[in-house]
Amino acid sequence: MMSYTLIIVVLPLLMFLVLGLLGSKMKPAVAGLIGTLGLSVVAALSYFTAATYFLSVGKVGGSFQTIMPFNFEWLQFTDKLHIDLGIMLDPISVMMLVVISTVSLMVHLFSFGYMKGERGFQRYYALLSLFSFSMLGLVVATNIFQMYIFWELVGVSSYSLIGFYYTKPSAVAASKKAFIVTRFADLFFLIGILALSFYSGTFNFQELTSQTGPILGQPITATFMGWSVVSWAMMLIFIGGAGKSAMMPFHIWLPDAMEGPTPVSALIHAATMVVAGVYLVARMFPLYVLGAPDVLNIIAYIGGITALFAAIVACTQTDIKRVLAFSTISQIAYMITALGVSGYGGHEGLGYMASMFHLTTHAFFKALLFLGAGAVIHAVHSNEMDAMGGLRKYLPITHITFLIACLSISGIPPFSGFFSKDEILVAAFEKDILLFGCLYFCAGLTAFYMFRLYYRIFWGDSNKEYKHTPHESPLSMTIPLIFLAALTVVTGFIPFSKFVSSDGMPFETHIEWSVASLSILVGVIGIVIATIMYRKENKISDKVAGSIKGLYIAAYHKFYFDEIWLFVTKKVIFNYVSRPIAWFDRHVVDGFMNLQSTITNFVSRKIKFAQSGEIQDYAWAFIMGAVVIVSLLVFI
Amino acid sequence: MSNIPLAAYLVISAIMFFAGVYGFLSRRNMLTILMSLELMLNAADINFVVFNKYLFPGQLEGHFFALFAIGVSAAETAIAIAIIINIYRNLKNIYVDEVNKMKF
Repeated sequence: MMSYTLIIVVLPLLMFLVLGLLGSKMKPAVAGLIGTLGLSVVAALSYFTAATYFLSVGKVGGSFQTIMPFNFEWLQFTDKLHIDLGIMLDPISVMMLVVISTVSLMVHLFSFGYMKGERGFQRYYALLSLFSFSMLGLVVATNIFQMYIFWELVGVSSYSLIGFYYTKPSAVAASKKAFIVTRFADLFFLIGILALSFYSGTFNFQELTSQTGPILGQPITATFMGWSVVSWAMMLIFIGGAGKSAMMPFHIWLPDAMEGPTPVSALIHAATMVVAGVYLVARMFPLYVLGAPDVLNIIAYIGGITALFAAIVACTQTDIKRVLAFSTISQIAYMITALGVSGYGGHEGLGYMASMFHLTTHAFFKALLFLGAGAVIHAVHSNEMDAMGGLRKYLPITHITFLIACLSISGIPPFSGFFSKDEILVAAFEKDILLFGCLYFCAGLTAFYMFRLYYRIFWGDSNKEYKHTPHESPLSMTIPLIFLAALTVVTGFIPFSKFVSSDGMPFETHIEWSVASLSILVGVIGIVIATIMYRKENKISDKVAGSIKGLYIAAYHKFYFDEIWLFVTKKVIFNYVSRPIAWFDRHVVDGFMNLQSTITNFVSRKIKFAQSGEIQDYAWAFIMGAVVIVSLLVFI
Repeated sequence: MSNIPLAAYLVISAIMFFAGVYGFLSRRNMLTILMSLELMLNAADINFVVFNKYLFPGQLEGHFFALFAIGVSAAETAIAIAIIINIYRNLKNIYVDEVNKMKF
């Protein structure tokens, strides 16, 4: 059943191989066309899958079932423990298929205009295909190890795409940073997987999360340092997710990752890869909520703190992509918090549904924001806000679509962000008033910094002189913007709880107007403040910054997280851990080996004169040897 | 013929063998060395035949083996001469003490 879903995953891989191996022999446009066409097929199949799954096949007896159209055993360790590769369809993976293929297709299309004439255009498309393959493989993973494999693959493709401009030192540094930071977090992920599978004897998601399964069915009583091993494992797995999803304190790589081409940021660092951590928690949600509720609580608070932190930092950044990057961190933290405050089943699981809902809407409007930013950068050739202003006259389409996305992220109805953010706020309100306050304040900040960004790009100094008059982007770039803007308007009206819920049973939600009106209010306040400060160029913003100088400077420097990490790694770890180890390696390990080689060298130098090159010397030695042996045999 | 003792044959073959060893070690010309080598082989062949005749009369393995060894040594000589010719072509020299390039 539904085995055509295999094509969704395999086709991008094939395209990667074709473009990667033969790309240099193709014209750039041909390579781009192949990539885009392939992705269109993938997108069409994903939509078909979603339609089939949600409307007919998936629902059995009122709840959504998990379907495995394809699965085979790849590596066997023990009778029970084996790594499979396969495809698993359930509401969230089908939802992710749609999100990923849509955004990926739009980015493929957008890149036609944006990357035109770049060196390595073919390589770019090959890497996009590799990324699409890995991300699609990640979401349909049947078991946690398959997820881990694809998890690393998205890390690699993210690394190579951030470092796409590999002649630029800052891009190279950013790609290394992204890879190392996420890889560091993935180490914990791996340990968590191993701990979990050691105690449960399985990697399979279905068995792990089943209520009668090896973990939830017969609770594991083993503890480690006062915490149950399940909690430990789930915490470690979450740390892996936090690395990918840029939660504090692993968020440092995401702002730097903006060195990559802008469409890549839209695809990988806004819509798809960075939500992998959210997806991971959602995928193992029953384990968290039933097996390790204490961990889930920690997750909620990490999310809340990160959301607040990133929103504050976003208010002070001047590089438009960095503003968007911090906004992404903040919004992902929203999703994480929503998962953290969620319960299990029915209306209790509202947070879960809200998180997935926000994931979807955020993917569309954030991709739209990034692509809009890409169009602006394309027109102005700069990332800095100071180089922009008054662009609404030159870029009408970009302006309108960007405004829609800004309204959406600020939570203004009827745009999609309002609906999903409202659900998250309701979920937080019902569980934890402190987190609600935190998220609520963030909602205001979000509206403020998004409109600060909007005004400074499109309004502000309207008579700004440009060296080259900015012009609207080509059709290949505006079509994705318009399409995503349309999605941003309509996705909010999808009755999400009918399709996605924590236990597979559809439930009813309605807009909680008490919370919703509050959230609209704070959004509007944020927008009004931003309008006063940035609509026309004036001194108010400088005055405000001056009045909270300490906070402003700290936020401008991203609360010195990079410096703290550098201090910990360079000053502490390098000096007190790495250096002694290096000394031991160089002097003790290498020393022993060097001693052996020195002895061998010395001895061979002493005896090499026996090798005279004269055959008769050798024959003489041979015969004398034979005589000695024979006489020994005869006379002894 | 039957009154010649076994030891006489063995003495002859021992003399031949050590004459070969001496030639092998002392001559400089490769062709002479090759001849010395043949001498040693022939000494061994004599031993085969003699031991067969005295210890296992009525059986023929020793004879066959002697013939076989002669055949092998003929082939071996052909190869050795080919090698010597090649050495001569390359180095214009067939004196072993001057062909000593294969060393450290």
